[in-house]
Amino acid sequence: MAQFLFLLFAIFTVLCAVGVVVNKNAVNASICLILCLVGVAGLFVQLDAYLLAFVLLLVYAGAVAALFLFIVMLLDVQGKETFGLRGFRTIAGFVAFALLLAGIGSVALKGQIVSSPPVSLAGGAQLKLYAYQLFTTYLLPVQIIGFLLLISMLGVIVLSKKHEIAEDTK
Amino acid sequence: MMTASLNAYVIVSAVLFAIGFFGVLIRRNTLIVFMSLELMLIASTLALVAFSRVNGTMDGNVFVFFILTVAAAEVAVGLAIIVALFRRRQTVQIDQLDTLKN
Repeated sequence: MAQFLFLLFAIFTVLCAVGVVVNKNAVNASICLILCLVGVAGLFVQLDAYLLAFVLLLVYAGAVAALFLFIVMLLDVQGKETFGLRGFRTIAGFVAFALLLAGIGSVALKGQIVSSPPVSLAGGAQLKLYAYQLFTTYLLPVQIIGFLLLISMLGVIVLSKKHEIAEDTK
Repeated sequence: MMTASLNAYVIVSAVLFAIGFFGVLIRRNTLIVFMSLELMLIASTLALVAFSRVNGTMDGNVFVFFILTVAAAEVAVGLAIIVALFRRRQTVQIDQLDTLKN
Protein backbone atom coordinates (compact mmCIF):
# COMPACT_ATOMS: atom_id res chain seq x y z
CA MET A 1 0.00 0.00 0.00
CA ALA A 2 2.70 2.46 1.01
CA GLN A 3 4.83 1.43 -1.95
CA PHE A 4 1.81 1.98 -4.18
CA LEU A 5 1.35 5.50 -2.79
CA PHE A 6 4.99 6.32 -3.46
CA LEU A 7 4.69 5.10 -7.05
CA LEU A 8 1.46 7.03 -7.54
CA PHE A 9 2.90 10.32 -6.31
CA ALA A 10 6.20 9.84 -8.12
CA ILE A 11 4.56 9.14 -11.48
CA PHE A 12 2.08 11.97 -10.97
CA THR A 13 4.88 14.41 -10.15
CA VAL A 14 7.01 13.43 -13.14
CA LEU A 15 4.06 13.60 -15.55
CA CYS A 16 3.10 17.05 -14.31
CA ALA A 17 6.72 18.19 -14.65
CA VAL A 18 6.70 17.02 -18.26
CA GLY A 19 3.47 18.97 -18.65
CA VAL A 20 5.17 22.14 -17.45
CA VAL A 21 7.93 21.78 -20.02
CA VAL A 22 5.94 20.74 -23.11
CA ASN A 23 2.86 22.94 -22.71
CA LYS A 24 2.64 25.70 -25.26
CA ASN A 25 0.18 27.68 -23.20
CA ALA A 26 1.83 29.39 -20.23
CA VAL A 27 -1.38 29.27 -18.18
CA ASN A 28 -1.60 25.49 -18.58
CA ALA A 29 2.08 25.21 -17.71
CA SER A 30 1.61 27.05 -14.43
CA ILE A 31 -1.41 24.89 -13.56
CA CYS A 32 0.81 21.85 -14.23
CA LEU A 33 3.43 23.41 -11.94
CA ILE A 34 0.85 23.62 -9.14
CA LEU A 35 -0.09 19.95 -9.64
CA CYS A 36 3.58 18.96 -9.66
CA LEU A 37 4.10 20.77 -6.36
CA VAL A 38 1.12 18.91 -4.88
CA GLY A 39 2.81 15.65 -5.92
CA VAL A 40 6.09 16.69 -4.30
CA ALA A 41 4.18 17.60 -1.14
CA GLY A 42 2.75 14.05 -1.14
CA LEU A 43 6.29 12.67 -1.38
CA PHE A 44 7.32 14.92 1.53
CA VAL A 45 4.48 13.47 3.61
CA GLN A 46 5.79 9.99 2.93
CA LEU A 47 9.20 11.17 4.15
CA ASP A 48 7.60 12.27 7.45
CA ALA A 49 8.25 15.94 6.66
CA TYR A 50 4.70 17.09 7.37
CA LEU A 51 5.56 20.70 8.08
CA LEU A 52 7.57 21.01 4.87
CA ALA A 53 4.72 19.53 2.85
CA PHE A 54 2.37 22.07 4.39
CA VAL A 55 4.76 24.97 3.81
CA LEU A 56 5.34 23.81 0.24
CA LEU A 57 1.61 23.86 -0.46
CA LEU A 58 1.11 27.21 1.25
CA VAL A 59 4.12 29.11 -0.08
CA TYR A 60 4.71 27.47 -3.43
CA ALA A 61 1.35 26.25 -4.70
CA GLY A 62 -0.47 29.05 -2.93
CA ALA A 63 1.69 32.11 -3.42
CA VAL A 64 4.42 31.45 -5.98
CA ALA A 65 2.36 29.59 -8.59
CA ALA A 66 -0.50 32.05 -8.14
CA LEU A 67 2.01 34.84 -8.75
CA PHE A 68 3.11 33.06 -11.91
CA LEU A 69 -0.49 32.81 -13.10
CA PHE A 70 -1.04 36.45 -12.31
CA ILE A 71 2.02 37.55 -14.28
CA VAL A 72 1.13 35.29 -17.24
CA MET A 73 -2.31 36.86 -17.41
CA LEU A 74 -0.89 40.36 -16.89
CA LEU A 75 1.61 40.08 -19.74
CA ASP A 76 -0.84 38.34 -22.07
CA VAL A 77 1.68 36.87 -24.51
CA GLN A 78 -0.20 33.89 -25.83
CA GLY A 79 0.67 31.79 -28.82
CA LYS A 80 3.64 33.74 -30.09
CA GLU A 81 6.27 31.24 -29.05
CA THR A 82 8.11 29.50 -31.84
CA PHE A 83 8.32 26.05 -30.30
CA GLY A 84 10.13 24.38 -33.14
CA LEU A 85 12.48 21.52 -32.36
CA ARG A 86 15.39 22.87 -34.34
CA GLY A 87 18.55 24.81 -33.82
CA PHE A 88 21.69 24.36 -31.85
CA ARG A 89 20.11 24.95 -28.47
CA THR A 90 17.57 22.18 -28.92
CA ILE A 91 20.33 19.71 -29.74
CA ALA A 92 22.23 20.90 -26.68
CA GLY A 93 19.09 20.43 -24.61
CA PHE A 94 18.59 16.86 -25.79
CA VAL A 95 22.26 16.00 -25.26
CA ALA A 96 22.24 17.42 -21.73
CA PHE A 97 18.99 15.60 -20.94
CA ALA A 98 20.41 12.32 -22.24
CA LEU A 99 23.61 12.78 -20.21
CA LEU A 100 21.64 13.43 -17.03
CA LEU A 101 19.42 10.40 -17.70
CA ALA A 102 22.51 8.25 -18.29
CA GLY A 103 23.89 9.39 -14.95
CA ILE A 104 20.60 8.57 -13.26
CA GLY A 105 20.54 5.17 -14.94
CA SER A 106 24.04 4.30 -13.82
CA VAL A 107 23.18 5.31 -10.25
CA ALA A 108 20.01 3.26 -10.39
CA LEU A 109 21.62 0.14 -11.82
CA LYS A 110 24.86 -0.03 -9.82
CA GLY A 111 24.55 2.81 -7.37
CA GLN A 112 26.62 3.14 -4.22
CA ILE A 113 23.82 4.63 -2.16
CA VAL A 114 23.36 2.22 0.72
CA SER A 115 19.73 2.06 1.71
CA SER A 116 20.22 1.26 5.34
CA PRO A 117 17.07 1.09 7.43
CA PRO A 118 16.30 4.71 8.25
CA VAL A 119 16.77 6.01 11.74
CA SER A 120 13.37 6.83 13.11
CA LEU A 121 12.71 10.26 14.47
CA ALA A 122 10.32 10.23 17.36
CA GLY A 123 6.98 10.67 15.63
CA GLY A 124 8.44 12.18 12.51
CA ALA A 125 9.94 15.59 12.08
CA GLN A 126 7.96 17.42 14.69
CA LEU A 127 7.30 21.10 14.88
CA LYS A 128 9.14 21.29 18.21
CA LEU A 129 12.31 19.98 16.61
CA TYR A 130 12.10 22.62 13.87
CA ALA A 131 11.58 25.36 16.40
CA TYR A 132 14.48 24.11 18.53
CA GLN A 133 16.84 24.01 15.56
CA LEU A 134 15.71 27.36 14.17
CA PHE A 135 16.17 29.19 17.46
CA THR A 136 19.46 27.59 18.52
CA THR A 137 21.70 26.30 15.74
CA TYR A 138 20.25 28.35 12.91
CA LEU A 139 19.48 31.60 14.70
CA LEU A 140 21.80 33.74 12.57
CA PRO A 141 20.50 32.32 9.24
CA VAL A 142 16.95 33.09 10.37
CA GLN A 143 17.92 36.72 10.91
CA ILE A 144 19.69 36.87 7.56
CA ILE A 145 16.64 35.36 5.83
CA GLY A 146 14.51 38.08 7.39
CA PHE A 147 16.80 40.75 5.94
CA LEU A 148 16.79 38.96 2.60
CA LEU A 149 12.99 39.05 2.46
CA LEU A 150 13.01 42.75 3.35
CA ILE A 151 15.60 43.51 0.66
CA SER A 152 13.72 41.51 -1.98
CA MET A 153 10.50 43.33 -1.10
CA LEU A 154 12.25 46.67 -1.56
CA GLY A 155 13.79 45.43 -4.79
CA VAL A 156 10.42 44.40 -6.20
CA ILE A 157 8.93 47.77 -5.31
CA VAL A 158 11.80 49.63 -7.00
CA LEU A 159 11.65 47.38 -10.07
CA SER A 160 7.90 47.74 -10.46
CA LYS A 161 7.92 51.53 -10.31
CA LYS A 162 7.78 53.39 -13.56
CA HIS A 163 11.01 55.24 -14.15
CA GLU A 164 10.39 58.65 -15.68
CA ILE A 165 14.11 59.28 -16.12
CA ALA A 166 14.53 56.07 -18.07
CA GLU A 167 11.59 57.02 -20.26
CA ASP A 168 13.23 60.37 -21.05
CA THR A 169 16.53 58.94 -22.11
CA LYS A 170 14.97 56.44 -24.45
CA MET B 1 7.13 5.28 8.00
CA MET B 2 9.67 5.42 5.22
CA THR B 3 8.08 3.49 2.42
CA ALA B 4 10.38 3.42 -0.57
CA SER B 5 14.15 3.12 -0.60
CA LEU B 6 16.44 6.11 -0.71
CA ASN B 7 17.45 5.13 -4.22
CA ALA B 8 13.88 5.56 -5.45
CA TYR B 9 13.60 9.06 -3.99
CA VAL B 10 16.97 10.11 -5.43
CA ILE B 11 15.94 8.80 -8.84
CA VAL B 12 12.65 10.70 -8.77
CA SER B 13 14.48 13.85 -7.75
CA ALA B 14 17.09 13.43 -10.48
CA VAL B 15 14.40 12.83 -13.12
CA LEU B 16 12.60 15.99 -12.00
CA PHE B 17 15.89 17.89 -12.19
CA ALA B 18 16.57 16.57 -15.69
CA ILE B 19 13.11 17.58 -16.90
CA GLY B 20 13.56 21.07 -15.47
CA PHE B 21 16.99 21.38 -17.06
CA PHE B 22 15.57 20.29 -20.41
CA GLY B 23 12.86 22.93 -20.11
CA VAL B 24 15.38 25.65 -19.31
CA LEU B 25 17.40 24.75 -22.40
CA ILE B 26 14.70 24.34 -25.03
CA ARG B 27 11.89 26.74 -24.13
CA ARG B 28 11.91 30.31 -25.42
CA ASN B 29 9.23 31.82 -23.21
CA THR B 30 10.97 33.44 -20.24
CA LEU B 31 8.10 32.63 -17.88
CA ILE B 32 8.25 28.92 -18.67
CA VAL B 33 12.04 28.94 -18.37
CA PHE B 34 11.54 30.41 -14.91
CA MET B 35 8.97 27.71 -14.04
CA SER B 36 11.47 25.05 -15.12
CA LEU B 37 14.05 26.65 -12.82
CA GLU B 38 11.59 26.31 -9.95
CA LEU B 39 11.16 22.66 -10.91
CA MET B 40 14.93 22.11 -10.60
CA LEU B 41 14.94 23.79 -7.19
CA ILE B 42 12.08 21.59 -5.98
CA ALA B 43 13.90 18.48 -7.21
CA SER B 44 16.95 19.36 -5.14
CA THR B 45 14.82 19.94 -2.05
CA LEU B 46 13.23 16.50 -2.51
CA ALA B 47 16.69 14.90 -2.47
CA LEU B 48 17.65 16.89 0.63
CA VAL B 49 14.55 15.81 2.53
CA ALA B 50 15.08 12.16 1.56
CA PHE B 51 18.73 12.18 2.72
CA SER B 52 17.77 13.95 5.92
CA ARG B 53 15.08 11.35 6.62
CA VAL B 54 17.46 8.45 6.09
CA ASN B 55 20.11 9.98 8.34
CA GLY B 56 17.55 10.72 11.02
CA THR B 57 18.69 14.32 11.47
CA MET B 58 16.76 17.55 11.16
CA ASP B 59 19.43 19.54 9.37
CA GLY B 60 18.28 18.76 5.84
CA ASN B 61 14.71 19.63 6.70
CA VAL B 62 15.69 22.98 8.20
CA PHE B 63 17.83 23.65 5.16
CA VAL B 64 14.84 23.00 2.89
CA PHE B 65 12.92 25.48 5.03
CA PHE B 66 15.51 28.14 4.17
CA ILE B 67 15.53 27.13 0.51
CA LEU B 68 11.77 27.62 0.30
CA THR B 69 12.09 31.11 1.80
CA VAL B 70 14.88 32.13 -0.57
CA ALA B 71 12.93 30.69 -3.51
CA ALA B 72 9.89 32.80 -2.65
CA ALA B 73 12.04 35.94 -2.60
CA GLU B 74 13.75 34.88 -5.83
CA VAL B 75 10.44 34.35 -7.64
CA ALA B 76 9.17 37.76 -6.57
CA VAL B 77 12.28 39.56 -7.82
CA GLY B 78 12.49 37.47 -10.99
CA LEU B 79 8.90 38.12 -11.98
CA ALA B 80 9.37 41.83 -11.29
CA ILE B 81 12.37 41.79 -13.64
CA ILE B 82 10.33 39.98 -16.31
CA VAL B 83 7.54 42.56 -16.01
CA ALA B 84 10.07 45.40 -16.30
CA LEU B 85 11.58 43.67 -19.34
CA PHE B 86 8.17 43.31 -20.93
CA ARG B 87 7.47 47.00 -20.39
CA ARG B 88 10.72 47.91 -22.11
CA ARG B 89 10.75 45.45 -25.01
CA GLN B 90 7.10 44.33 -25.35
CA THR B 91 8.21 40.69 -25.53
CA VAL B 92 9.33 37.89 -23.23
CA GLN B 93 10.60 35.54 -25.93
CA ILE B 94 14.26 34.74 -25.40
CA ASP B 95 15.30 34.78 -29.06
CA GLN B 96 13.99 38.31 -29.49
CA LEU B 97 16.04 39.60 -26.57
CA ASP B 98 19.32 39.73 -28.46
CA THR B 99 20.51 43.32 -27.97
CA LEU B 100 23.92 42.19 -26.78
CA LYS B 101 24.38 40.05 -29.86
CA ASN B 102 24.31 42.88 -32.42
